[in-house]
Amino acid sequence: MKAFIGKRAISSVISLVGLIIMVFFLSRLTGDPTALYLPLDASIESRELFRELHGLNDSIWLQFWNYVQDIARLDFGDSIRRSRPALEVVLEAFPWTLLLAFITMILVTFFAVLIGSLAAFRAGGVFDRFTSTFSLIGSSAPDFWVAIVAIVIFAVQLRWLPTSGTGTIWHWILPITVLFIRPFGLILQVVRGSMISVLSSAYIKTARAKGVKTRPIIFVHALRNAMLPVITVIGDQAAAMLNGAVVVETIFGFPGIGKLMIDSILQRDFTVILAAIMVTALAIFIMNLLIDLAYTLLDPRIRY
Amino acid sequence: MPEIAEPRPLLVQIYRMLMADKFALCGVIFLIILAVSAIFGPIFLEDAATRPNLRGRNAPPLSMENGWVNFLGTDSVGRSMLARILVASRNTLQISFISVFVALSIGCALGLIAGYSTPRTSNLILRGADIIMSFPSLLLAVIVLYMLEPSIFNLVLVLAITRVPVYLRTTRAEVLEVRERMFVQAAVVMGASKRRIILRHILPMVIPTLITIATLDFAFVMLAESSLSFLGIGIQPPDITWGLMVAQGRPYLVQAWWLAFWPGLAIILTTMSLNLLSIWMRTALDPVQRWRLEIGRKTND
Repeated sequence: MKAFIGKRAISSVISLVGLIIMVFFLSRLTGDPTALYLPLDASIESRELFRELHGLNDSIWLQFWNYVQDIARLDFGDSIRRSRPALEVVLEAFPWTLLLAFITMILVTFFAVLIGSLAAFRAGGVFDRFTSTFSLIGSSAPDFWVAIVAIVIFAVQLRWLPTSGTGTIWHWILPITVLFIRPFGLILQVVRGSMISVLSSAYIKTARAKGVKTRPIIFVHALRNAMLPVITVIGDQAAAMLNGAVVVETIFGFPGIGKLMIDSILQRDFTVILAAIMVTALAIFIMNLLIDLAYTLLDPRIRY
Repeated sequence: MPEIAEPRPLLVQIYRMLMADKFALCGVIFLIILAVSAIFGPIFLEDAATRPNLRGRNAPPLSMENGWVNFLGTDSVGRSMLARILVASRNTLQISFISVFVALSIGCALGLIAGYSTPRTSNLILRGADIIMSFPSLLLAVIVLYMLEPSIFNLVLVLAITRVPVYLRTTRAEVLEVRERMFVQAAVVMGASKRRIILRHILPMVIPTLITIATLDFAFVMLAESSLSFLGIGIQPPDITWGLMVAQGRPYLVQAWWLAFWPGLAIILTTMSLNLLSIWMRTALDPVQRWRLEIGRKTND
């Protein structure tokens, strides 16, 4: 198992390095790099000064070497807008997104497994059809649109919930609900499919023949095996949740990393964007390792 | 000797299998109407979509008072929503279609190579796909569109690249499975060239799966494009897409909800139709499962 985890870690590191290289060459070789760091109306003199100061006149390989060293030291430079280390700004925003994604993912997993299992038990029944329709609509709706429609209904018309911010627990309800919809629909379908195939296997029939009650059959006997494909999808969706977080955080004014990235793009604060990319990539890398671990723990047959 | 029935023409077969799945039928009808109006609509409605009419600003929808062109209401400078949605649909669908097509072609080609070459080449290709897959697609698009200009070409490029791994992995997995089958072995024994085996024996087996995935992916790419345009880093005005229309309608949500509502609804209906179609295709293109649709037909001749 250690060898397997080690192998996966190495392949993730390769991905991480690939990303770092890609970002460097994209940022240096497509047009003027000072245009990325400085405001659009910066004067030629200030551009020259910036080039001089940050070694942008050096050869591309020397620049790359410095860039790699800076990243190894976790030094991404200062945020141009906030005149603070970019990493500090990013690490301030990151826990918000992490918490938002974590709560949402827990809720998604719980409800998707519960409802998906029940739907699979009576496949083709009324409940099954209802949940399938819901998950279809849920996975078809653009999250930004759901978010603004929800704001109009619940915040503006009914005045039940606040439109943006993070002050109270009420502020979290709309962002979590909007983030919840798509992964819920997707994971629900995977749980259902996996559960249907497990429920038709011989050991379930044996258990049923022995007179085990329905509930233990679904949630004890079948679920453990049905969870294996589900774990993989949960991992993918947790990473993809950052996609949703960008949109949801921007709309609900939630101070997470998604909003930070979009703000930094609109303010042309490139150091913050770079730091945010690296921190996100690292987080995804750690999460993938955890998923692999969970997989090996759940399925003793896996001995790589 | 029992008589073997002539196989029906392909179109008739498709029609019969569609009749067996009413949801997919609705989806197909909607998509056809959408495609036709996206191609021909702008020719007639270009003027209504661009000419401001300050006297008819923010006209409410669902009334024929201002003529049928304004049935879905008008925007903040009095342009017909219906016309704008049709003009935007052309951009939205074009971008998604080209992206999916490019991703499919590149992914399929690389997948065939990865599945039918040395382990080293195969590993190299898969590692490349891993790098793209390891990062959320929207974030990747955000970064690249920031560094390059947010033009239609770059948008298509980014969307296509982020989707390549999906096709690559599917193709490779299918190739690995198909190449072990008897008919491929037979072709190898008979001395067929690698090229011939890949293009004539393996590719036709892989294409149906890829088309099913592409249908679903079309919806995904459309949502991604809409999100990017909504966030202001996709299509730039004066060009419009559905996502951008939602963004433009957002400040007027309270006074004129229809500005953001209709384009969003258009996105939902299109993605939902594509989803239904891909569910149907998964069954229809699978020879083992197809009977479910063939047997489900109402009329028997």
